Amino acid sequence: MTQNIHFDPVRLPPEAQVLRGEVRAFLAEEIAAGSFNPECETDNDGFDRAFSQRVGAKGWIGLTWPKKYGGHERSFLERYVVTEEFRVANAPTRGHFVADRQSGPMLMKYANKDICMDVLPRICRGECCFCIGMSEPGSGSDLFAAKTKAEKSAGGWRVNGTKVWTSSAHHADYMIGLFRTSPPTEENRRHGLTQFLVDMTLPGITVNPVHQMNGSHDFNEVVFDDVIIPGTHVLGDVDMAWQQATSELAYERSGPERFLETFYILVGLVRLLGANPDLRGAEGIGRLVAQVHTLRRMSVSVNGMLQGGKEPVLEGSIVKDLGTLWEQALPAKARDLAAFSDPEAANRISFEEQLEYATMIAPKLTIQGGTTEVLRGIIARGLGLR
Amino acid sequence: MAGEGELGSIVVDTATRIFRDLCDPQTINNAAEESWKQPLWRTLEDSGLTLCWVPEDKGGAGVRIADGFDILQVAGRFAAPLPLAETMLAGWLLAQTDLPVPAGAMTLAPGDDQNEILLDAGGKITGNARKVPFASEVSHLAIVAKRNGDNVIALIDSSDCDISSGTNIAGDAQNDIVFNNVSPVGVSDMPTGLGPEEVMMMGAAVRSRQMAGALAAILDLSVEYSKERVAFERQIAKFQAVQHNLARLAGEVAAAEAVSGSAADAIDRAARFDDAVFLETASAKIRVGEAAGEGAAIAHQVFGAIGFTAEHILHRLTRRLWAWRDDFGGESHWAVKLGARVAMHGADDLWPALASR
Repeated sequence: MTQNIHFDPVRLPPEAQVLRGEVRAFLAEEIAAGSFNPECETDNDGFDRAFSQRVGAKGWIGLTWPKKYGGHERSFLERYVVTEEFRVANAPTRGHFVADRQSGPMLMKYANKDICMDVLPRICRGECCFCIGMSEPGSGSDLFAAKTKAEKSAGGWRVNGTKVWTSSAHHADYMIGLFRTSPPTEENRRHGLTQFLVDMTLPGITVNPVHQMNGSHDFNEVVFDDVIIPGTHVLGDVDMAWQQATSELAYERSGPERFLETFYILVGLVRLLGANPDLRGAEGIGRLVAQVHTLRRMSVSVNGMLQGGKEPVLEGSIVKDLGTLWEQALPAKARDLAAFSDPEAANRISFEEQLEYATMIAPKLTIQGGTTEVLRGIIARGLGLR
Repeated sequence: MAGEGELGSIVVDTATRIFRDLCDPQTINNAAEESWKQPLWRTLEDSGLTLCWVPEDKGGAGVRIADGFDILQVAGRFAAPLPLAETMLAGWLLAQTDLPVPAGAMTLAPGDDQNEILLDAGGKITGNARKVPFASEVSHLAIVAKRNGDNVIALIDSSDCDISSGTNIAGDAQNDIVFNNVSPVGVSDMPTGLGPEEVMMMGAAVRSRQMAGALAAILDLSVEYSKERVAFERQIAKFQAVQHNLARLAGEVAAAEAVSGSAADAIDRAARFDDAVFLETASAKIRVGEAAGEGAAIAHQVFGAIGFTAEHILHRLTRRLWAWRDDFGGESHWAVKLGARVAMHGADDLWPALASR
């Protein structure tokens, strides 16, 4: 049997490249005004609500969404360009990126009309930050082991339990939370989980910081103590979360943010080694550029195929597997290649700072949004091995 | 455009059918002599595939550049041990000149810094070319030579040259050639926008596409075998370690397919071999070459000792992957060139260059 791993050689349409020019001009103005540091996201934790609102005012959040929800009904390839330009510039997009990428589309599919009309336009204006409540103490990659309980009660559902590793929970207005509403069945251990829209201002929710090893604060622990969530905030069918939200996964796995998170290291390396690198430096840069070009062409292709109505599920998972490994390995490779560069070089200090930062965030890159091990299992399933 | 697409897929289907019928790797692997070769080559020629990049008014089939690359991907899947790619390349080059495009098998020597081939005032060719694929099995060579420092293209009858015996790591003919006052069949000025480096780029893109095909084939073989083979009372496909290896192989196959397909598309669309085509083709040869090494290693690991035997077909594919990654510049060759060019343009131009593709 042939596996038919296929990539259409998708090119970005002219309107996407026009949009790129507008995004770059906006980012250049922001950088000039000092709103963020393009060298790497060291200054803040990537969250800046005022910045998100300015992005929203430009119309670049919910770009692909229906106009009735405040969206702009533009293509996924245009959204692709916005995402990659913001990522490469290290712009602080945490205030809106998760909502734009996955929470908004999730609501459109599973939330009732009133919620959509209320929340989606606010996301588009950059006023609404989302977090994802999936992992728990003792249940990370093994999502279906989640224990945080939602029980039917007066006024809706009563939630008790703890989520952890929840990025941006301390900024978030809403969480998409995965809670246990029934025990798993004999035949299907994935049964019994339900997704909810959680207003983070509800009484009984406590957000505790979990500081990272580099000192920054992104993760949180979110404790639910008799939190009452209205019944209207159930997303999709009760107990059936495992059947939902698979179609968005290909977008989520294959985007440019899956291989560009440490791209500034490659730029910094090229700057450090200068216009005439030695043979070793030139070869090292050449290989890294070839690798990232390949990843980007794969990623653009998957997004173009999705836009065209195809379902490149296996290809999307492969982009994340290869992409996250590449962005993770990049700091170490750059460190090797920079080893004999001029210690007095003008760019040395900033490169070393970038390298230190990237080295410390690198371990998370193959964990967040699905570990390498889980992805490889998904790819193996796609190959018909399980 | 729909019509062209359909025509393209018809040509690719034809190639697939021919290779399936006449180039089955197991049949070839079992063959004691080379009686399979003639019918296969004749069929490829009769169906117009060998000169598919030559326009119809010059005796070729005139298929699109992109479709020709897809034919080569199929040829790679079958590890075709014939100078199809080389004849296509030579035809592509000759068709851009006013030289005749001869029938029969051809190969080409792009000429490089180490091996200059000179055309003297008397019209004779002198010099040498190293490791030319299939030179001993073809009737004509298309070469890039220097005349007063300018590049020209010469068409040469291979029987006029001194051709060494020799094979590459796959066992396919690969020969050093000495040109000792050879009178060419014809000489043409270099077509505008082409030079040795551009011919190398085209060759690199061709080999990348062939390797992508061979990688796809070893993934298919490996997945199939892992589901047949039982060890420790289970299909080895059920072992997580094996699954992860196969997932990695799928990743290498995917990277090779995507970047080589992108390079082929870039050449198909481009008016000339500019910086963008350079980025695409150099990247393809580098990344597919890396995938060839990684992929072959994983496939052999999956097959264990069986895949190491002469009678198993795996080596038909893996040995060609190892051979093809060296042709028209290996990974290091192109990486140095690409890295030097990126460095020359500077750090601030890197992202715009990538994003323009």
